[in-house]
Amino acid sequence: MLEFFTLRHDQTATEAPAVTLEAFAGQSNAAAVRIEAGEDARELLSHLDRLRLVEVNFPVFGDGRGYSAARILREAGYEGELRAIGDVLVDQIGYLVRCGFDSFEPDQPLDPIALKAALSRFPHHYQKTAEVDRPVWALRHG
Amino acid sequence: MYAYDKYDQAVVDARVAEFRDQTARRLAGQLTEAQFRPLRLMNGLYLQLHAYMLRVAVPYGTLSSRQTRMLAHIARKYDRDYGHFTTRQNIQYNWIKLEDAPDILADLASVEMHAIQTSGNCIRNISSDQYAGASADEIADPRPLSELLRQWSSFHPEFSYLPRKFKICVIASAEDRAAMRLHDIGIELVKKDGVIGAKVFVGGGMGRTPMIAPEIRDFVPFDEVVSYLEAALRVYNRYGRRDNKYKARIKILVHEMGAAEYTRQVEEEFAHMKTLGLDPPVAELERIAAHFAPPPYKSGLTDEIDRSDPDFALWVDTQVKAHKQPGYAIVNISLKPIDGIPGDASSAQIDRIADLAERFSFDELRVTHAQNIVLAHVKKADLYEVWKSLKADGLATANLDLITDIIACPGLDYCSLANARSIPIAQKIAARFADAGRQKDLGELKLKISGCINACGHHHAGNIGILGVDRKGVENYQLLLGGSGAEDVSLAQITGPGFDENGIVDAVEKATEVYLAHREADERFVDTYRRIGMKPFKDVLYA
Amino acid sequence: MNILTGNDLATGDVIWWTGNGWSRHVEDSVDVGDKGAEIAQAEVAARRSNEAYVIDATIDADGKVRPAHIKDRIRALGPTVRLDLSLKPADPSVGNWVI
Repeated sequence: MLEFFTLRHDQTATEAPAVTLEAFAGQSNAAAVRIEAGEDARELLSHLDRLRLVEVNFPVFGDGRGYSAARILREAGYEGELRAIGDVLVDQIGYLVRCGFDSFEPDQPLDPIALKAALSRFPHHYQKTAEVDRPVWALRHG
Repeated sequence: MYAYDKYDQAVVDARVAEFRDQTARRLAGQLTEAQFRPLRLMNGLYLQLHAYMLRVAVPYGTLSSRQTRMLAHIARKYDRDYGHFTTRQNIQYNWIKLEDAPDILADLASVEMHAIQTSGNCIRNISSDQYAGASADEIADPRPLSELLRQWSSFHPEFSYLPRKFKICVIASAEDRAAMRLHDIGIELVKKDGVIGAKVFVGGGMGRTPMIAPEIRDFVPFDEVVSYLEAALRVYNRYGRRDNKYKARIKILVHEMGAAEYTRQVEEEFAHMKTLGLDPPVAELERIAAHFAPPPYKSGLTDEIDRSDPDFALWVDTQVKAHKQPGYAIVNISLKPIDGIPGDASSAQIDRIADLAERFSFDELRVTHAQNIVLAHVKKADLYEVWKSLKADGLATANLDLITDIIACPGLDYCSLANARSIPIAQKIAARFADAGRQKDLGELKLKISGCINACGHHHAGNIGILGVDRKGVENYQLLLGGSGAEDVSLAQITGPGFDENGIVDAVEKATEVYLAHREADERFVDTYRRIGMKPFKDVLYA
Repeated sequence: MNILTGNDLATGDVIWWTGNGWSRHVEDSVDVGDKGAEIAQAEVAARRSNEAYVIDATIDADGKVRPAHIKDRIRALGPTVRLDLSLKPADPSVGNWVI
């Protein structure tokens, strides 16, 4: 069972613990931050160049605010590690990846077989996101 | 109608495989019910009062005969030989086994159908006008955009764990035949400077706190509708309430924030989203629209209808509506026989409707939000034969939009959320008003019954609405008057204290008597109510 | 009295705790006293029931178990508007028992 999983090929971004969003603004050398479900990811947009890790917390998997936070960061050009933490189940992996998450540290470890199946389940996607360059409509119209 | 290409089919097939795997994990104990519940809900599978219930999607209410026959097959093979058509144009089966659900989804996928997102806190079935493509008053067929949005909303990675369910409706005429203003997002196709685009309303809904959706944008060009909706949904996903299930719909957010502020935030997000390349090219909408080209109508057909059979003539006058193409007509099939269950159809009836669609309506039929069926393109010359066939199968009741054309949720007979039974009330009322002459005299009277405050029976939008409640363990019924889900949208108002199951039938009858006593000229029930107000009704009801 | 009810995980059938197993017939129910939650937890964990909860019931004049609320009686027997689909389609008194 996997307690941590990453799609990135580089090393894990930073060993330093992620600070809260509130603390981050005051710490000019912090490179890792953690966003809670109700917090505004746009507060990070002017700091993207010094960020290497953003953790987004899912307090319960039904709270989908973290998906918007992730997309906002990727849309703004953030290229560092984007990590989903908290109540993250293998059944959300596909959505999380397409929103831009590239690492996962869920409360409950992931079954690697189920994880592999989830990552390759859907051959095509209908929506364009920062991660899905060629949604179905792009495949149709070249 | 739309036909899947290899991409659509691959997506649906992958979903079937995914759910088969998830079901196996649940049955083996690798998933708890708490973990499995949202997954099965996103495939339309509820654990309901009697058994698992499956809600199959009928995108914008349109079906081919082949698909319709599969629905009959599912009823026979996996259920108890009937299905229930819903107020969102879908179909429900009440006696499904979890262990059969993956096979059912596979059967559906074989005819380009699915149960994706018919439940759960995600974007649900896109509903539309049941006369699409046939009515003279539409600006364009609303279904191509509906199909584009169906694809856009399927497995949307950002919007699959919203604060609550999300319902979208698309119409294309000033007359609203689909209760568009009572949806989370309602879209009306309109023309601006000769170009067709979308007028967008956000924040309608029924349930505990009914609201009419305000207009949020008067025009969005087709090639920006997707990024506009992404913006509208993102604001909701980020700021919709998650602390209280009964305050979590977008209507609450729009109401609490104010439409002006919501509009401002959406515009800001939209300005950003527009730059991201999210919108499909116009060619994609055109590709979809090609599937909805007008059918190969014959020309030179007669517009004459032989009315010598009085029963047939009555049915024509009530159930048949004008078609834009000469020689053709729109046929409404009632699923509200006087002694039946509103919206239910046996597998044999569903098969027969499929046959009629194939033979007489270019292989297509529609489900309406009033739980009836439409054959949109029937030659007038064929109407008599269609009627005779319907009559033989108990499908020729002539009551469209009349008092016995009741919308009723399944209620306490089927639903664990309900407080009271709704179907027996519908049956009692239908029996009381069964006389055809009496119904005709009363005229248009949309009566809607909900068995609980969740309002799946749309009682807020009823000219007469009935809400079942639990009063100290006993079923009780509140009467509401003056609602409408059409373009003259209004929310029904409660009359006063509730009635028992017999009293409510008498109360409805008294309300009709007040209407008849005060009616002027061509007024419908709702017109008279709006003119004279609640007081004359209260005076009689509670005398 | 308190009786325990749930649904069969695989089939969805409404089931009733008999004291040492589950039955599809409410008349086989036993009084679980205040042990309902404990039994429910064990049965759900073992997947012998999917969700299980306690409801209120009485013994009627014929000595048979009768759920106190009409919703539970409808759940026990079937929809009142389709008595042909009830658990006892041949029994003419089914409708009266529910209501």
